[in-house]
Amino acid sequence: MKWLLVAVIAVATTVSDVLQAAAMRRHGEIRDFRPGALGRVFAVLARNRLILASVAVMAVSFFAFIALLSIADLSFAVPATAASYVLETVLAKYLLKEPVTLERWAGASLVACGVALLAL
Amino acid sequence: MTVHVARLRLKTHFFTVLVVASGVSGNLSLSWGMRQFGRLVSLSPLAYIRAVFNPWVALGISLLLVWLFAQMALLSWADLSYVLPVTSIGYVLSAVAGKLFMHEKTSGWRWAGIALIVAGVLLVARTAPHRPGAPS
Repeated sequence: MKWLLVAVIAVATTVSDVLQAAAMRRHGEIRDFRPGALGRVFAVLARNRLILASVAVMAVSFFAFIALLSIADLSFAVPATAASYVLETVLAKYLLKEPVTLERWAGASLVACGVALLAL
Repeated sequence: MTVHVARLRLKTHFFTVLVVASGVSGNLSLSWGMRQFGRLVSLSPLAYIRAVFNPWVALGISLLLVWLFAQMALLSWADLSYVLPVTSIGYVLSAVAGKLFMHEKTSGWRWAGIALIVAGVLLVARTAPHRPGAPS
């Protein structure tokens, strides 16, 4: 049951993050942090289909996460959700066409190995 | 040009700290609340709605909303493959919070994992955040 929930969380988180990153990249850099400007950014993003899809998938991930927290340690649940790391970096490179340097690959791999150890 | 780079770096660091702090405190609050709530493994939405009304779960959700908006802002100028590893220091801090506040047992394997994560985070943090659309 624990690992089924972990699988649901990992896949949903990956899909949500990639949708969110694609939407924010299309939106462009946020430079103005005054409340009025942030409100306008929020209004624009609330009508963005990619953001709405990302939030829906994130809700699935969230409810699976609180279910996991109800049956497992915090120090298991949080690291276990990082099972998606390598998949996310691969998608960042091939789907979002981000430049992923050797240093970033090495860093992401180390993080993934560390997360695997944390779950032991 | 250098002023712009320095400001971008400062902004990136500020939002990275905000993402990590709100994420860790949000997860801790959720975990505390779910421990009070009890076992929740159900396909019925009603049970989840009841859980959301636990004050600690509600506080955790509020903190995770801050986390969500801070991460969205960060992703508007920095790459996902930069943001994800750098904010992963949150996994380490969550394990520490679990040990300190929830009295969880933390094995040698978990601390070894923490060391690897810190190494990975440091490696990625050395690379400059890339702005989408800017010539790299």
